[in-house]
Amino acid sequence: MTLRSYVVSRILLTIPMIFILLTIVFIIVRVLPGDPVLLHFEKMENPRAMEEMRQKLGLDKPIWIQYFDYLFNLLRGDLGKSMQDYSPVASQILSAFPATLELAIFSMIIAVSIGIILGVESSKSYNKPKDHIVRIFGIVTYAIPVFFLGMIFQIVFGVGLRWLPVGGRIYPTMEPSGLRIPLSQPPGGFATHLLLSCVAGLVAVMMCVVALKIRGQKTTRKTLGLLVSLFLTVWILWALAGWRFITLGELRISTGLYTVDSLLEGNPYKFVEALRYLCLPSLTLGLVISGVFIRLTRSNMLETLRLDFVTAAKARGLKEITVTYGYAFRNAFLPILTMMGLQFATLLAGAVLTETTFSWPGLGRYIVDRINFRDYTAIQGAVVFYGILVSLVSLVVDLLYAYFDPRIRL
Amino acid sequence: MTRLEVKRSMLASIVPGLASLGKKGLAGWLVVIGTLIVVSIVFMTLIAPWITPYDPSTRGINVGRPLTPPNPQFPFGTNDLGQDMLSRTIAGGSVMLQVAVLSVIICIIIGVPLGLFSSYVGGMLDRTTCLVMDSVYAFPGLILAIAIAATLGRGVVNMALSIAVVYVPSYFRVIRSQVLSIKETPYVEAAKSIGAKNRTILFKYILPNVVPSIVVVATVNFADAILTAAGLTFIGLGVEVDIPDWGWDLANGRRLLPSGVWWVITFPGIFIILLALGFTLVGEGLSELLNPKLAER
Repeated sequence: MTLRSYVVSRILLTIPMIFILLTIVFIIVRVLPGDPVLLHFEKMENPRAMEEMRQKLGLDKPIWIQYFDYLFNLLRGDLGKSMQDYSPVASQILSAFPATLELAIFSMIIAVSIGIILGVESSKSYNKPKDHIVRIFGIVTYAIPVFFLGMIFQIVFGVGLRWLPVGGRIYPTMEPSGLRIPLSQPPGGFATHLLLSCVAGLVAVMMCVVALKIRGQKTTRKTLGLLVSLFLTVWILWALAGWRFITLGELRISTGLYTVDSLLEGNPYKFVEALRYLCLPSLTLGLVISGVFIRLTRSNMLETLRLDFVTAAKARGLKEITVTYGYAFRNAFLPILTMMGLQFATLLAGAVLTETTFSWPGLGRYIVDRINFRDYTAIQGAVVFYGILVSLVSLVVDLLYAYFDPRIRL
Repeated sequence: MTRLEVKRSMLASIVPGLASLGKKGLAGWLVVIGTLIVVSIVFMTLIAPWITPYDPSTRGINVGRPLTPPNPQFPFGTNDLGQDMLSRTIAGGSVMLQVAVLSVIICIIIGVPLGLFSSYVGGMLDRTTCLVMDSVYAFPGLILAIAIAATLGRGVVNMALSIAVVYVPSYFRVIRSQVLSIKETPYVEAAKSIGAKNRTILFKYILPNVVPSIVVVATVNFADAILTAAGLTFIGLGVEVDIPDWGWDLANGRRLLPSGVWWVITFPGIFIILLALGFTLVGEGLSELLNPKLAER
């Protein structure tokens, strides 16, 4: 099978999956409750309003016509109208989604980093105490409810130590729909801000050093890396010095990802602020997902470390870190890529709870809010959106895998 | 007989099997510890009506002042309704355990026969079932459960149903792949050649060999079901207000966090973790014991 025919067959397989998913969601939200309008109004006796809603939402038609309406509207990207205010569900979802995407990306980065580092460490000391501790850590992350971990973080780092904010996406006055109040002082005070920019600089330097170590570069390149990190530090310090001159007002929205938008605006200050608000939610979600990656990295590294080329690399006298990350880990990376795709669904599910915990205005919060309003058309739209998203992500991951690993095409 | 051996034989007579498990290394110990955790929590929940110092669902000042921090009278403090958190923590597992047990039973009743028949019959039926199951499996579990629970409404049975729908595919997949390999074994061929009925082959020859995997999937699934149930309760799709429930306490405690009230969420949360951890440990250990190669996973 060539790559092209694999791609075509994989795409063709996605279509019935999405179709089945849509049907299941329709059965659950529209057929199962009998009459969603009746459920929406609960016990209030208001036949006229109910009749009006049925007409406006097309719920007065026979169920199978509703079903085809639903499918054809979806093809046009129309997810129906909300029972709450008759506004299109699709646009509400699209405005909430970037927040979820941002959270998902950062959580995934954290989960994969923790997974790789701990997994590699535990595979290097197979069956020793360190290995057992890492394995138990993995099992414990699996058993922790994500919202409980989030609340513990809130109470320790937010309420107790007051290091990090516990809710929202960015400092209230920077919120795009917030009040236009000019700031006289950076949020958290100047000292906090100084500390933060130093931390950010240090993180930049450390990232460079780690990157160099992984690649096993010589000292000449290292100096280059240090220069880059120095630049980053200077840049962030500049942001600090210039906080008076940069507008601290509302964030301009272009992508909806606040970290990206603040950079596009050329405002590192807002960037740091967005990161600060991202810290706890993404750490919470990332930690909970990391267990799977630890386990996967560990088992793959155990297999790879036994192979001859690793022994050969060691025999040539290469540094241990070069052998583990530059040689062995490279061969263990492909399964991690696949797992990232598989875990995306788990991540989205966890995001619903994380968003509720941290008042993160994403799709998960949207769905929970709509449940409280008994807004069944909106719930249906959001669930459909999640379903299509997950199918598309798994499609992309499979295609990437086929691209990287020619064996799958055979 | 040395003293150690005596101890072991005593243990073996009290809890048959557990002692021998201890000899099988880490995996055995995981099972032992996990079982102990689960059994003690279930036991605590069962005898809760007799050991709770206060009535866990009575509100108001006749129990304690709202939001009392932990003190000798209320070791775990009180919540905003003045309910004793120690009593609520002791009694709070019952809903979650009921939901988990019920959903696992539903999953087994639906998933196992479906997996058996689908893979044994094969053909179009198998392909269609697989496609449906894969679609559900790929879906973010909690979100599907939320949608179902939101339409069904509150209650233990409804929660169990919505969780079961999400996890049936896990059972189906495991059973199916097992049956596919067992179907090809010589003894099934032999049974066919002596003219055994399909029903006999399915239930007498194949099912017994699938049971261990069912046990492993079910134990791991217990943990998932408990966490999903806790999640559903957390977003407000759980049981009624005054029924003691760890998930409800967590949802309630979230609102109180900003004022520094840590005791309302901490103890129920720890017990959810312990319960899920217990089942996960048993599941991990069992799957490793049944398939020693998994120790490297």
